[in-house]
Amino acid sequence: MEITISFTLNGKPASVKVDEERMLLWVLRSDLGLTGTKFGCGEALCGACTVIVNKQAVRSCVTPVKDVAGKQVMTIEGLGENGLHAIQQAFLKHHAFQCGYCTPGMILSAYALLLQTPKPTEEQIIRHMDDNLCRCGAHVRILEAIHEAAGAAKGGV
Amino acid sequence: MNVNRRGFLALAGPGLFVFFGVERTSAYQQEPNRLPTRQNGPTDFNAYLHIGADGTVSCFAGKVELGQGCGTVLAQILAEELDVAYGSVNVVLSDTNRCPYDMGTFGSMNVPVLGPAMRAAGAEARAVLLQMAAEQLGAPLDRLQVKNGKVTDPAGAKSVTYSQLVGDKRIERHLGNVPPKPVKSYAVVGHPAVRKDALEKVTGKALYAGDFQVPGVMHARLLRPPAYGAKLKSVDSSAAEKFGALVVKEGDMVAVLHQRPDLADRALGMVKAEFDPPPPSVDDKSIFDHLLKTAPRPQAAGRPAGDVAEGEKLASTIVETTYINSYVAHAPMETHSATAVIENGSATVWASTQAPFMLKPQVAQAIGLPQEKVLIIAPYVGGGFGGKTAGPQAVAAARLAKITGKHVQVVWSREDEFFFDTFRPAAVFKIRAGLDSAGKIVFWDGSVVGAGDREARPFYDIPHQRTTSAGGWQGGNPPGMNPFEVGAWRAPSANTNTFARESHMDMLALKAGIDPLEFRLNHLTDARMKRVLETVAKQFGWKAGKAPSGRGMGVACGLYSNAYSATMAEVAVNKSTGHVQVKRVVSALDVGLTVNPDGMRQQMEGCITMGMGSALTEEVRFKDGAILDHNFDSYTIPRFSWLPRIETILIDNPDTPAVGGGEPPIITIGPVLANAIYDAAGVRMLQLPMTPQRILDALKKG
Repeated sequence: MEITISFTLNGKPASVKVDEERMLLWVLRSDLGLTGTKFGCGEALCGACTVIVNKQAVRSCVTPVKDVAGKQVMTIEGLGENGLHAIQQAFLKHHAFQCGYCTPGMILSAYALLLQTPKPTEEQIIRHMDDNLCRCGAHVRILEAIHEAAGAAKGGV
Repeated sequence: MNVNRRGFLALAGPGLFVFFGVERTSAYQQEPNRLPTRQNGPTDFNAYLHIGADGTVSCFAGKVELGQGCGTVLAQILAEELDVAYGSVNVVLSDTNRCPYDMGTFGSMNVPVLGPAMRAAGAEARAVLLQMAAEQLGAPLDRLQVKNGKVTDPAGAKSVTYSQLVGDKRIERHLGNVPPKPVKSYAVVGHPAVRKDALEKVTGKALYAGDFQVPGVMHARLLRPPAYGAKLKSVDSSAAEKFGALVVKEGDMVAVLHQRPDLADRALGMVKAEFDPPPPSVDDKSIFDHLLKTAPRPQAAGRPAGDVAEGEKLASTIVETTYINSYVAHAPMETHSATAVIENGSATVWASTQAPFMLKPQVAQAIGLPQEKVLIIAPYVGGGFGGKTAGPQAVAAARLAKITGKHVQVVWSREDEFFFDTFRPAAVFKIRAGLDSAGKIVFWDGSVVGAGDREARPFYDIPHQRTTSAGGWQGGNPPGMNPFEVGAWRAPSANTNTFARESHMDMLALKAGIDPLEFRLNHLTDARMKRVLETVAKQFGWKAGKAPSGRGMGVACGLYSNAYSATMAEVAVNKSTGHVQVKRVVSALDVGLTVNPDGMRQQMEGCITMGMGSALTEEVRFKDGAILDHNFDSYTIPRFSWLPRIETILIDNPDTPAVGGGEPPIITIGPVLANAIYDAAGVRMLQLPMTPQRILDALKKG
C-alpha cells in the first residue's frame, strides 16, 4: 500500500509517497537519488548499505521505509556537509579504502560507534565493525583511521 | 511485454545468449596490439596526455580503477616525466572513446606495460615543450630549467608555462625516442601520493556502474536457473505483469523490468518458472576425482631439467603428496552492474568491468551497432579480482535497452553473483620429490590438474625436474570438466601452485631434518629470491626449530609476474574447535622500482587479508549444478576480528624496472598458513581451505 512517509534526511525534511513495505536502501538510492548508500548483499550481511537512523547504525537494505517515519536519517552525503568530517579526514589520510564500495558503510558504522563510545578500545572497534565486510582488505587502515578519528574528535563526533 | 523471438535473435550474435552460457574467453588469447588505437585518435604521446590552457594535465589510460590505485600511479609517472605538480594531473580512465586501447586490467600489467608507455609519452612531451620554450624565450635548451610546469631561463630571468606554450594549439612535433629521467632524480615516483580517488570515495560521491541516474531508467532483474544445466520449461509471468513490471522473455532469458530496482526484485519473485533439473553430476567432494578423470592431456609447465628417472636413483628419501583446493568465488562487494543508454543510434554503457575495450565489440555485436557507435565506460569498479573480466551484465543491459527501447540498468543480486561468477578452479596437484642423504632435492616430478600452469614449475635449484599442467582457469578444458565457468582469480594458477610447492618444501625439509628457512636457502641461487627471504626472516625474528615446535610459525616464498614475495606467519590453533587465529604476518616484496610505496603496501595488506579467506574458509559448495552458497552467511570472507598484526616490507630495488604488485603477495598466504598450522598443531593440511572441521578431522587422524 502506498503511503506518505516523512522524515528528516541529512538535516532537511523529506517526504516520499511509496509502498510502505519497501526498504529504505532503495528509496534512498532510486527515489531520492542518494547513491552513496550501496547495495551489497540485501540481507544485512555486509554493511555496505549502513545509514544512521536516530544516531544508530542500521542496515538500510532490511529497514522498511515506514520504520523511519518521523526519524532523523543520515547518509554519507549528509556527513561533513561543511567540509570533511574527522572520520572522513582520517579515512582519506590513511587511505582506508581501496575500491571504495564498502567505504560509506564503514564510515557511517564508525560514526555510530564514536557517537556511543567516543574513545573506543581496539576490541570495541573490532566488535562494532566486524559485520562490515571489505573484500579488498583495507581493514588495518580502517582500524587506524577510526583510532585517529576518535583521538581527533573533541567532545564527541 | 513479450519481445518477438525472431527480432531478438536478429539482434543477438550467433551462439551468444544473454546471461546463460555467455561465452567467456581468456584475454590473453586475444591480445591485439594494445598501444594507441582508438578511433581517429592520436597515436603519439597525445594519446596519453593533454595539457589544458589552465595548466591541467590530463592523463588518459584504458585501465580500470578497481581499488588498486592505478590512476594514482600513472599520474605520478606522468607528473615525474613532465615536471608538473602531481596535483595538477587529472586522470581519465577506461573510457573507450577518450582513452587509448587497453586489453584489460589484470595480470599486474598496469605498471610494467603502461608505465613505460606513460614515461615515454611524458618524456617526449616534455622535450617538445622545452624546444618550444627555447624558441619562445630565445634561450639555448641546455640553459632551461623546469619546475611545476614552468620553464625558466635563469640567465635571462624569463619564464613561460606549459599552458602558455600549448594554448589551444595541437602540437605536432615529434622527437622520437627521448630518454626518460634517470631514476635517481625521481621526486614524485617512489614517494607516497594522495590517491586520486580518495576524496570521492570518502564522501560517497564516487560513482559505480549502478549509480548512474538516467531519467526513465528501468531496472532489470534476470531470472536465474536453479542449477547449471537446468532447462527452462515454462514461465508464468502474469502476476509480475499485473504488478506493473515489464517482462522480456527470449529463449532462456527472462528479465523483469521496473522503474524501481526493489520492485523489479519483487516482481521477479512473482514469476513462476519451471525448470527441468540437470542430470545428477559432481559435488564439491567428488570433484577432485572427476577432474582427474576428465582433464585434457598434460602439457609441460615450464622448462624441464635433467632426467627425473636418473634423479630418482640418487634419492634416499621420497615424499609423494597430493594437494587439492576447492573452487573460490571473487565476491567483490559491488555485484556486476551496468547502465545502458541507446539514443540516436549510439549506445553508452557504464559497466563494472575490468576490460571495457573487450566488452565494446561484444555489446556492438549484441545490439547490432557498429563498434564506433558504442561507448563503454568503466567508472569506479567495486572490486574485480579477475571476476569482472567478462561483462555479461553489460551485454544484458544493452540488449534489454535495445529490446525495450528504454534505458536499462542491470544489477546482479548477491545470489546472482555467487551463481554467475567465474570461480577460481578446483585443482589437484600431485608432487613426488626426493632427497639425497645430504638433504638436497635431487628430483621433482609435479603434475597439476585444473589450476593452470603459472608458477607450477619450482624456482628452486633442482637438477632433475619436470612439471606438467592439464586444464586451468584460462580455458582449454573439455566440456563438463568444471560444472560451471571458471576464470582468473587474483594471481591465477599461482595460488594453487604455490600452496602445493611450498607445502611440499616444508615436508621435504622435515624429512631432511633441516629448518624450512635454511632448506629453502639451500636450494636458491636467485639473488632476488634469497634477498626477500632473508629480509623477511630478519624482521620476523625467525629462529630455527624442529616442526612441529608448537610455536605456530611458517614460511613460504612465491614468484609471480616477476615479483618476488616471501612471507612468514605465526598462528594459534585451537585444538578443540579447529579454529585458526593468525597472529602475525610479515611479508616482503620485490617489484623492482616501487612507483608508489604506500599504494604497494595497501596491495600487500589487501593480499594478506584476502588470502586468509581462501586459505581458511572460502569454498564454493555445489551439487548437481546448483551452487549451495548464496550469500555472505555461508560463504565466509575475512573480517576485522581475523586481523593479524601485519608488517609489510618493500625491497629497495630502484634500478630494476617496476612490475605490478597487486597480485603476487597473495600467493604465499595459503602455504605460509599451512606450514604454520603444521608447526602449531602437527597436522599437515593438504586441502584449501583449511576449515576448522578439516583441521579437527586431521587432528583426530593424528
